[in-house]
Amino acid sequence: MPKVTIDGHTIEVVEGTSILNAARQIGGDSVPPAMCYYSKLDVSGGKCRTCLVEVTKGSEKDPRPMPKLVASCSTPVMDGMEVGNKTSAKVMDARKGVVEFLLINHPLDCPICDQAGECDLQNLAYEHGASGTRYEEDKRVFEKIDIGPNIQLHMTRCILCYRCVNTAEQLTEKRVHGVLKRGDASEIGTFIENSLDNEFIGNVIDVCPVGALTDKTFRFKSRVWFLNPMNAHRNCEKCSGETVVWMFGDEIYRVTGRKDAYGEVKNFICNTCRFDTKDLAQWTIEGPRHIERDSVIGQGHYELKPTNTVKEIG
Amino acid sequence: MGRKLLLDRINIEGIKTYDVYRKSGGYDAVEKALKKMTPDEVVEEVKKSGLRGRGGAGFPTGMKWSFIAKPEGVPRYLLCNADESEPGTFKDRYLMEHIPHLLIEGMILSSYALGCNKSFIYIRGEFMWILHILEKAIAEAYANGWLGKNIKGSGFDLDLHVTPGAGAYICGEETALIESLEGKRGNPRIKPPFPAIKGLWQSPTVVNNVETLSAVVPIITMGGDTYAGIGIGRSTGTKLISACGNISKPGVYEIELGLSVEEFLYSDEYCGGIKDGKRLKACVPGGSSVPILPHFLVTKTANGEQRLMSYESLADGGFATGSMLGSGGFIVFDEDQCVVRNTWNFTRFYHHESCGQCSPCREGTGWMEKVLHRIENGHGHMHDIDLLWDVQRKIEGNTICPLGDAAAWPVAAAIRHFREEFEWHINEPKKCLEKNYGLVKEPVLTV
Amino acid sequence: MEEIQTKIEFKPETLKEIDRIIKQFPEGKQKSALLRVLHLAQHEFDNWLSVDVMDYVARLLHINPIEVYEVATFYSMYNVEKVGKVVIEFCHTGPCCLVGAEKILKHIESSLNIKPGQTTEDGMFTLKAVECLGACGYGPMLQIGETFYENLTEEKVDTLLNDFRLKFN
Repeated sequence: MPKVTIDGHTIEVVEGTSILNAARQIGGDSVPPAMCYYSKLDVSGGKCRTCLVEVTKGSEKDPRPMPKLVASCSTPVMDGMEVGNKTSAKVMDARKGVVEFLLINHPLDCPICDQAGECDLQNLAYEHGASGTRYEEDKRVFEKIDIGPNIQLHMTRCILCYRCVNTAEQLTEKRVHGVLKRGDASEIGTFIENSLDNEFIGNVIDVCPVGALTDKTFRFKSRVWFLNPMNAHRNCEKCSGETVVWMFGDEIYRVTGRKDAYGEVKNFICNTCRFDTKDLAQWTIEGPRHIERDSVIGQGHYELKPTNTVKEIG
Repeated sequence: MGRKLLLDRINIEGIKTYDVYRKSGGYDAVEKALKKMTPDEVVEEVKKSGLRGRGGAGFPTGMKWSFIAKPEGVPRYLLCNADESEPGTFKDRYLMEHIPHLLIEGMILSSYALGCNKSFIYIRGEFMWILHILEKAIAEAYANGWLGKNIKGSGFDLDLHVTPGAGAYICGEETALIESLEGKRGNPRIKPPFPAIKGLWQSPTVVNNVETLSAVVPIITMGGDTYAGIGIGRSTGTKLISACGNISKPGVYEIELGLSVEEFLYSDEYCGGIKDGKRLKACVPGGSSVPILPHFLVTKTANGEQRLMSYESLADGGFATGSMLGSGGFIVFDEDQCVVRNTWNFTRFYHHESCGQCSPCREGTGWMEKVLHRIENGHGHMHDIDLLWDVQRKIEGNTICPLGDAAAWPVAAAIRHFREEFEWHINEPKKCLEKNYGLVKEPVLTV
Repeated sequence: MEEIQTKIEFKPETLKEIDRIIKQFPEGKQKSALLRVLHLAQHEFDNWLSVDVMDYVARLLHINPIEVYEVATFYSMYNVEKVGKVVIEFCHTGPCCLVGAEKILKHIESSLNIKPGQTTEDGMFTLKAVECLGACGYGPMLQIGETFYENLTEEKVDTLLNDFRLKFN
């Protein structure tokens, strides 16, 4: 099994493991951010360039460094490889550049975006972005469109990670949306008025790293950090039925898949669970969902048992 | 007169047709290879020849061939990259248009060497009329037993087809070409895996440029060692140079690598000097993506040595004072041209041609274009120059494919050598709309 | 399953040609024929690809319509909106501009009274400013259909436009 060292931490991994996944096994600051890679998809990654790392030693056999930064999500580790992530000045500089590129055409409309609080781009910008912008030109804008009864596409926010297209390709038999046009005119779309109506298509909302695809049944209902995420399950014929229900009091505001520390769902869930099962009686609540990633949602301390003080206020 | 290996027969009337081509010695190399050589021996000759990819990157062809995976029972493919789209480059078109059988012969030899039984020529869609020329020539080659089953009794089978693109520079990138040939958008693939392992339809694939494959014919005819004796150092053989811009005689020329830039630019045999007796301002010697050279670095290197038309000499001085041979697209600027305007124009090209997959290229090319457009039109700020420098720096090396570099290099080189012209545009917002800056000053070396 | 009948159908000889093209690729790889078939479709159906035409092509090649839309909108030679009878693709990349392309383009714009991307009111000409067509030594140049018109002057352009007017009126 090849051994790889990332930011000074050495780990042994299965042959063929990518640098990114090796870093995830180490955890902590060694893990490069990923905006397009999604481990649950057969095809993803390589595009956003946020996970670029510096390979300072190629392998034990061929110790030459790699001439360019490489996408850690799609570069397999070699035995003896040494990688710089947070410890590489080159990487941090390039990543800052990538964040700037992702933001120049992004509307920065977080105050009215449902994704705020659980947005990968927000987190990335917080960590690597600059406080001002050097971009003076007009931003690219698109009309909002409904693609199907429950999903809204807000293309202006999209960072073209291709995850939603890859999800549809993998989960549905007949993909109806894709990437149209090219360059910075590229857009996610159906070309003709068409609805995404496959049983599993709702998952495009969960895989979207930004607020480009949002759940219309939840639209503008609440900020995510005001809700209490609860692990819940039900008997579902179509999917595992294992979800997170986002509650306010006794009311279920929305249903999502169960996301891990990297924002990836453990299982894809069906549309019925996601959009049509909002009655508390239909779910067995397991308990508070621990949000593994660092997030404003966790700041609500919904996991703690209510104390007297809270009771008094409540 | 330099030696001609590809265009030596170009003036023979009817060389486009099979009969004339055959009479002039065409397909002799295939006959030789199939009868007297094993595939490995063909590869060996190409290795010995020192032939380097003629599409722009200049990677040794024999070495590229040796990377191809050979798993049992899996077909291998040879693809000819005829997606000639790099601004300044129009040499492959010339070969295919005028002597199509040379490419076909080169593809038969190369397919034999690589063990491919099905090969494709991917040609840019705008060259549809050349596609018809090639299809006609291919039909002739089939009719005369040079393609199809058991070619000339050798037991070697080969099918060859031509397939068009539809307007996308990016498809000249080999994995984008493969995607396009599969009927998809021309998005370059994330590597690894490389095409030599998993290419067209997930099979081992080699992609070579038109001129590269055509050069295999003289290599097999004369032997790799003889070919390696032509040219200079590691720049072996001959190269097609497509010359354009403000010169007296634009066109396609075959040169022996090592010819001096001065002779190429000023002699009547080639470019015939700057048009209308004007002065040279700058030159982009290898297609729009390579660094632009100011007049004082075109015929001489920074060390004062004569600059030669070779991979090494054109790159002498690195990006600080050199450029690249690239695809051989030789673009000449006279004293009345505006470098800022041209840089904006080239950047608009890359912006238009970016596939849009990866963020630095998708967003960065458009950003650079907008800033350059402002400067060109008298709305620039002094800090824009540093901004441009920083944006190109953050694109370069950080993208999926070389288009990012191709977009960054011209901007970097223009700022490096013509900064005073950019500053003049910003300081003289009105004047810059009325006249051009003229020549930049040659820096005085203090070392 | 019954094929949906539409008015759109290739001429028999085109269908034969498509069959020949598909057979160039291994079995099951008929999607590889897509780019060429779209060129044929554009040629046969008024220089552009309507949704109906694209859906027809998708059925012919047994692929999802979105796969056709994705491709048709990626490549610059395909028109997904209605265009004129004559589509002028004028090269405005650097090398052509060094030899006066911008002046010729202005001349075409004023002759036709349209800007790049527009179609004349009579539906005769569409003007597209396109990037490098690989004719840098022979600029200024433009392409109409499969033909390159090179070393253009204002006079040559005038003659060319007139010839096309006569041909299509």
